[in-house]
Amino acid sequence: MAGNMNITLKVWRQKNANTKGKLVSYNAKDVSPDMSFLEMIDEVNEVLIKKGDEPIAFDHDCREGICGMCSMVIDGRPHGPKEGITTCQLHMRSFKDGDTITIEPWRAKGFPVLKDLVVDRSAFDRIIQAGGYISVNTGVTIDANAIAISKQDSDKAFDAATCIGCGACVAACKNASAMLFLSAKVSQLSLLPQGHPERKSRVENMLQQMEDEGFGNCSNTGACSVECPKEIGQEHIARLNREFIAAKASSDNV
Amino acid sequence: MNWFISAVSSSVGKKIMMALTGLFLCSFLVVHLIGNLQLLKLDLGLSFNTYAQFMSHNPVIQTISKGNFAIILAHALIALFLTRQNASARPIGYQVKKGSANSTWSSRNMGLLGTILLVFIAVHLYHFWWQVHYGGTIPMREYTDDHGNLVSFTDLYAAVMFAFSNPYIVAFYVFSMIAMGYHLYHGFASAFQSLGLNHVKYNGLIRAVGFLFYFVIPAAYASIPLIIFFR
Repeated sequence: MAGNMNITLKVWRQKNANTKGKLVSYNAKDVSPDMSFLEMIDEVNEVLIKKGDEPIAFDHDCREGICGMCSMVIDGRPHGPKEGITTCQLHMRSFKDGDTITIEPWRAKGFPVLKDLVVDRSAFDRIIQAGGYISVNTGVTIDANAIAISKQDSDKAFDAATCIGCGACVAACKNASAMLFLSAKVSQLSLLPQGHPERKSRVENMLQQMEDEGFGNCSNTGACSVECPKEIGQEHIARLNREFIAAKASSDNV
Repeated sequence: MNWFISAVSSSVGKKIMMALTGLFLCSFLVVHLIGNLQLLKLDLGLSFNTYAQFMSHNPVIQTISKGNFAIILAHALIALFLTRQNASARPIGYQVKKGSANSTWSSRNMGLLGTILLVFIAVHLYHFWWQVHYGGTIPMREYTDDHGNLVSFTDLYAAVMFAFSNPYIVAFYVFSMIAMGYHLYHGFASAFQSLGLNHVKYNGLIRAVGFLFYFVIPAAYASIPLIIFFR
């Protein structure tokens, strides 16, 4: 079709977690500008499968920007050149005919590569398990209006709660720090009354878990917020710092 | 004490230490600059040498000075530790890097800028502080004070004038002050973010005072060797 493009891809190929990987070049021919980035890779994989080659492994699920599965560093940027979207929401119209696109997996000690572009993000699950929840004992359902929450706080909590846990913040950070993810998860609960009973232990335990997973330290470059598909801001990291200082100064965990 | 050690050695604790030591060093910059501006007075160094004499003999200042050395060392050592830890958090790097798309150059090169500043501090201390305290190469100079009495000071003023007649030394000082400007362009505002101070009510003030620290103060420092060299 007129307007279709030929693109050269340089894709990180790695057989499994124990082997060394390398960038391999592929030609994506006749790519429609209306295709999503993942559809373009699907097409490349069709060709590879027909040739009997191993297709490129990559994470994906909902393909509408809400599940947080897709995870590609495209030309040095997590989720590609556009801001506020995930890789699945990126379209080939953002590229030009003849472009060479380099695709790499998230790079962090806490996110080991399993295969090609697929990384193990269970470190994030363990950070959540360390305190990113509220304990609600069973009983009758409480009336929704019984707990007063200001509109401002509920909006801020919701801003934090939009985090889909994709890990782009870690991938973007020069220190491979998970501080934006951690701050979003701590913020959403610390802003709401339901999160208050476990507030102090939560921030202490979740930060400890983040360190144990081998993520780096935050140096406030702000790269995470720019690359975050949900545009979670730096103010949440400041809130995390406040939560941590307050918890350390007054929690019962001596 | 366990809770305190774990707080300070945690990821957030270390950034708070960097922020507090950094902000202390910022306050030192203001005091040191006020002293240095005495160099521009055309009084054959009376003001500056009086100031230098006071700074090197007042016991309170001497105590603060020791603390200042300790804080510079702490700031550099924590930074070194953080840099090593952060490097190990990404054992395999990216083939294509595009940091410029999402962060300032300063924020990504604080280690490099800090190293330049550490080298500068070492050279600067050797030039002046070491010579005054241990070098013994700086002669005394006599002045008549306001009451007509004869007073005698170590002539650090002359030593500074001599150093800043060398274009290489002037260039090194100016270059270092540019590095300091870039270091504070990220560092000053970042310190407040680390302390959890990020709010629309005072972010404007932090930005405005930040401009003072990353532009006005480094420019004022850099102007001193330039003025002395060209006048």
